[in-house]
Amino acid sequence: MSYVTKSPWVIHYDGSSCNGCDIEVLACLTPMYDVERFGIINTGNPKHADIFLVTGSVNEQNIPVIKQIYEQMPRPKVVVAIGICATSGGIFKECYNIMGGVDTVIPVDVYVPGCAARPEAIIDGVVKGLGVLAEKRAKLPAEIAEEKRQASEDAFGAGAAAETSAPETSGPETSGPETSGKEED
Amino acid sequence: MSKRTIIPFGPQHPVLPEPVHLDLVIEDERVVEAIPSIGYIHRGLEKLVEKREYTEMVYVIERVCGICSFGHGWGYCKSVEGNMEIVVPERAEYLRCIWHELSRIHSHLLWLGLLADGFGFESLFMHSWRIRESILDIFEKTTGGRVIFSVCKLGGVRKDISAEGLAEIAGILEGIKGELTELTEVFLEDYSVKNRLVGVGKLSYSDAVELCTVGPMARASGVVQDIRLDGHGAYGKLDFAPVTEEAGDCYARCKVRIREVFQSIAMITQAIAQIPEGDIAVPVKGMPQGEFVARMEQPRGEAYYYSIGNGSKFLQRMRVRTPTNMNIPAMVKTLQGCDLADVPMLILTIDPCISCTER
Repeated sequence: MSYVTKSPWVIHYDGSSCNGCDIEVLACLTPMYDVERFGIINTGNPKHADIFLVTGSVNEQNIPVIKQIYEQMPRPKVVVAIGICATSGGIFKECYNIMGGVDTVIPVDVYVPGCAARPEAIIDGVVKGLGVLAEKRAKLPAEIAEEKRQASEDAFGAGAAAETSAPETSGPETSGPETSGKEED
Repeated sequence: MSKRTIIPFGPQHPVLPEPVHLDLVIEDERVVEAIPSIGYIHRGLEKLVEKREYTEMVYVIERVCGICSFGHGWGYCKSVEGNMEIVVPERAEYLRCIWHELSRIHSHLLWLGLLADGFGFESLFMHSWRIRESILDIFEKTTGGRVIFSVCKLGGVRKDISAEGLAEIAGILEGIKGELTELTEVFLEDYSVKNRLVGVGKLSYSDAVELCTVGPMARASGVVQDIRLDGHGAYGKLDFAPVTEEAGDCYARCKVRIREVFQSIAMITQAIAQIPEGDIAVPVKGMPQGEFVARMEQPRGEAYYYSIGNGSKFLQRMRVRTPTNMNIPAMVKTLQGCDLADVPMLILTIDPCISCTER
């Protein structure tokens, strides 16, 4: 199964950064660095995005927002944590409203350190992310097939599952409510 | 009477790179009420004074905001220096002035770009940011950082700029003047740009005073208010007058900021001509005792830094009040009764900096 290659589009969300990394993310798109010439566009719509750039660390209030954006992005997707705050909390690590890096909420593929992260470093991070994206794209068909099998097992009850695949599954794997919901539709 | 609908705006939205949430209550296409809610990027960095020594706290306060970071660092230093009665050398004051005005140019150009992006004029956005890069190059050359420099410290500054360096800065600023003039023509004369800005989001003089607006927002409504006039740092020795406009609409706010860019260039040129030789820092001894309030004119308006020391190496309390905080009531006021399509313009023209507001 082949996929039409697509220019990677990015979506940016500011967790609780000081703005320094955010304006550097935007600076990557503007004439000095100009990644738009390679077809990389900053989109506001998570459903169009392939790479999720998160700046700043997470707190109670923005966890649902970050999760929602991540879940709305179609697979394969890559998360790039930009700046030391998104990586670990950085200088604000000891603040009472900082819960740590972005990886406490969603899986992160590439970390870009720096305070503020320089545009060259951000571009490097995104390029590294492209490699991860290609890997994930290659694995995707197998993953989808596995999920479908899992979902049908859940839908047709434990009896059917025990009959066909008793030796290979060690226990009822908890598939998310999202996948089972899709199957019922 | 049509039915009221609530449109949630944000926190993730394409207007500016920062999260802010607004509930827009609309009737047909008209906004009846706007209810802002903030707190997405609250960090609580004021509390860090209990864990960081007063000399280290400069780094934290600089990161209140990445756009006007130099000004925040200076404001904190000014507040603690007042506390400890430190007299900063004159050359350091001039250097601080030069960096602060450069920050104002970079902040205003950034804003002009976002404004152009807001009304869909992409090439204007790109050109504003292209010119801004030459200012960032100056920062990189003189301080080592592009957006956060950590060059301001208690008692002075960390790095000096040589005479050749200063001449080069003057040359670069002279060079971008021509490009800026070209840009100004588009922002202020272009037919479609004017259509989006003129008469939109009017804020009267009395409203601006009553709602305690600060900075370019206040000055665009005719309020003469500029903290630089009190002559702190080297501002007392520079010749300038606050930029004001009368109309109070988005166009006036845009005009004020464009004129301020040219004003800052003139101020830096003056400062470069006048800068005296001498030390760039004095040693800091002792611990802060007592309280002090410092005020700064940030690119977005008046900022306020309060510090109280108790004789230990940790301050007892530090408080920063930032300009966007003061301009949000005015933004909510101008949003009432506007068209839904004008909402991005109105949010942008206060030049919101949410990470400043929430700290």
